[in-house]
Amino acid sequence: MAKMNVIFDRCKGCELCTTACPKGIVAIQHEKRNKEGVFTAYCTDDDACIGCAMCAMMCPDCAIVIES
Amino acid sequence: MKGNEALAEAAIRAGCKCFFGYPITPQTELSEYLSKQMPKRGGVFLQAESEVAAINMVLGAGATGTRVMTSSSSPGVSLKSEGISYIAGSDVPCLIVNVERGGPGLGSIQPSQQDYWQATKGLGHGDFRLIILAPNSVQEVVNLVVRAFDLGEKYRVPVMLLSDGLLGQMMEPVEFPEISAEGADNSGWAAVGTKMQREHHIVNSLYIEANDLEEQVRKRYERYAVIEENESEGESYLCDDADIVITAFGATSRIAKSAVNKARAEGIKAGLFRPITLWPFPKKQLLDATKQAKAVLSVEMNMGQMIDDVKLALDCKIPVSFYGRTGGVIPSPNEVLEEIRKLNGGIK
Amino acid sequence: MAVKFQRPHALCDVRLHYCAGCTHGIIHRLVAEVIDEMGIEGDTVGVCPVGCSVFAYNYFGCDMIEAPHGRAPAVATGVKRARPDLNVFTYQGDGDLAAIGTAETVHAATRGENIAVIFVNNGTYGMTGGQMAPTTLPGQVTTTSPYGRDPRKAGYPIHVCEMLSTLDGTALAVRTAVDTVPHIRETKKMIRKAFENQQKGNGFSIVEVLSTCPSNWGLTPKESIKRLQEECIPYYPLGVYKDVNMEEANADKLAMGGAAK
Repeated sequence: MAKMNVIFDRCKGCELCTTACPKGIVAIQHEKRNKEGVFTAYCTDDDACIGCAMCAMMCPDCAIVIES
Repeated sequence: MKGNEALAEAAIRAGCKCFFGYPITPQTELSEYLSKQMPKRGGVFLQAESEVAAINMVLGAGATGTRVMTSSSSPGVSLKSEGISYIAGSDVPCLIVNVERGGPGLGSIQPSQQDYWQATKGLGHGDFRLIILAPNSVQEVVNLVVRAFDLGEKYRVPVMLLSDGLLGQMMEPVEFPEISAEGADNSGWAAVGTKMQREHHIVNSLYIEANDLEEQVRKRYERYAVIEENESEGESYLCDDADIVITAFGATSRIAKSAVNKARAEGIKAGLFRPITLWPFPKKQLLDATKQAKAVLSVEMNMGQMIDDVKLALDCKIPVSFYGRTGGVIPSPNEVLEEIRKLNGGIK
Repeated sequence: MAVKFQRPHALCDVRLHYCAGCTHGIIHRLVAEVIDEMGIEGDTVGVCPVGCSVFAYNYFGCDMIEAPHGRAPAVATGVKRARPDLNVFTYQGDGDLAAIGTAETVHAATRGENIAVIFVNNGTYGMTGGQMAPTTLPGQVTTTSPYGRDPRKAGYPIHVCEMLSTLDGTALAVRTAVDTVPHIRETKKMIRKAFENQQKGNGFSIVEVLSTCPSNWGLTPKESIKRLQEECIPYYPLGVYKDVNMEEANADKLAMGGAAK
């Protein structure tokens, strides 16, 4: 099992990571804004994450850390 | 040696490792000499695509703490002004040589001092200064080139040596002083790689917050104040009892000196004051030289530029008049003598 | 669990000032990853442009110099000539590199300067608010081409890689994009090649990266990626325009002489 960690205050909510995920499990949450006032990206299904890091490669802000 | 070649040789001996320039008359011999000598003596000579590129290469090499220079002539220096402003704003030391010619525009290729204002007041946008050195002989060219590199590194300011077509083309005997080209320790700011041993150095002139920029500029002006206090230099000749003091810099000061000698032979008490640093302008030295003076005459190869600084220094306490030729015309000692005679008649 | 992907060391741990979805951040990271992987952060000097990436000196961990607008290749030339032991790169946008800095770019290339140029082409002046750039597409509306760029009046867009690949001093001229992960991987490979060329003394290398500007294109980041794919890439085809060993490619000219005696 791999883990996609979003650095909450670095994420700008641009959604580019959501276009990169081959599993379609990256989305934007609409519950909590970060200190920049944006809704951030998150992994909708940790168990399905394969740790390919494509979301992180697409992220312009180094806001995603992948663990596996 | 020819003035331009002596300047180039002195630069190499002073530890200049890089030259970036663009061809222009009348500084040509300088870059030609360096193109021959630099490769043989472990230095870099590069002919750039423009004056703009050349001065930015100077910024790059200077940012590594390397002794670097460029040379040009009046229209070319105008083109360099963008880079000079950035270099001053980034606190990068370097030597810029201007072998002045006639202007404005393409002007002429004859000797001139029409860039006094440009050098001392208008070398680019923003609040900044360059140290401006104005030699009047080939020997002094050599001495001041060495000093220019030392001053630049000591205060982290760009330095300009203001020569002209006369000095550049003049042949005179010259001795090269023993030079220890050690240079200053630039390791505290230069961009030479962190070696993973320190925080990165940023050589930069951008401060987007107004207060930050003001602080940077103020710090720089504190250094300028020290330079004004310690580095102002002028030379007095027969000024102690002089009724009439001529002020002249560079090659013009030699013409003025002949005129002073001729005037003395006629019994006129004339003297000469020659600023060697145009910025900082040697105000105190000029005040000393004009203690007895009843009139001051500024002689320049332009329409009257240094006269502004002479008047400011004297604070309107002595009348200051002007004599100059421009466009590349060189005034003769007799023309200057005639002006001295007129002034002498006026004060009697 | 072990960390598999994170910010490279050569990219400082600070928030980038770029707008949301601006691909500058991806390209910054790729340069930093290459610097990390080659182990050269301590011996690298970067030169920043004027434009949106003007603050890049705050983002790269290596020593940095801020150049006047368009002059980065000249500044980099000065650094490299003074200190050939350093790795030197410029990071420039399209207005900087292909308009005001055209002369500096072309001549650094023709001299075969051993520098790596990272050229970010998004077809607009982002920092000043979206004016027409030398690479703005025909018909594209910007704040200074409000009726769409008319080549009859405003001239034609410059194809930088095609132009520079005609010069003998250019070792590598390649155009990539950062619209997809495969393209991002390819971009990184080419940036690495540019740095390696420099270490081999193989001359001038330029990596042109087609990029987006959501704010000034008036599109969302996702829509911007779509426009990049549908409009920009067809106009500026991706690919390797030149990739040579400069000494071999110019053997006839080098044989004509000029070596110091």
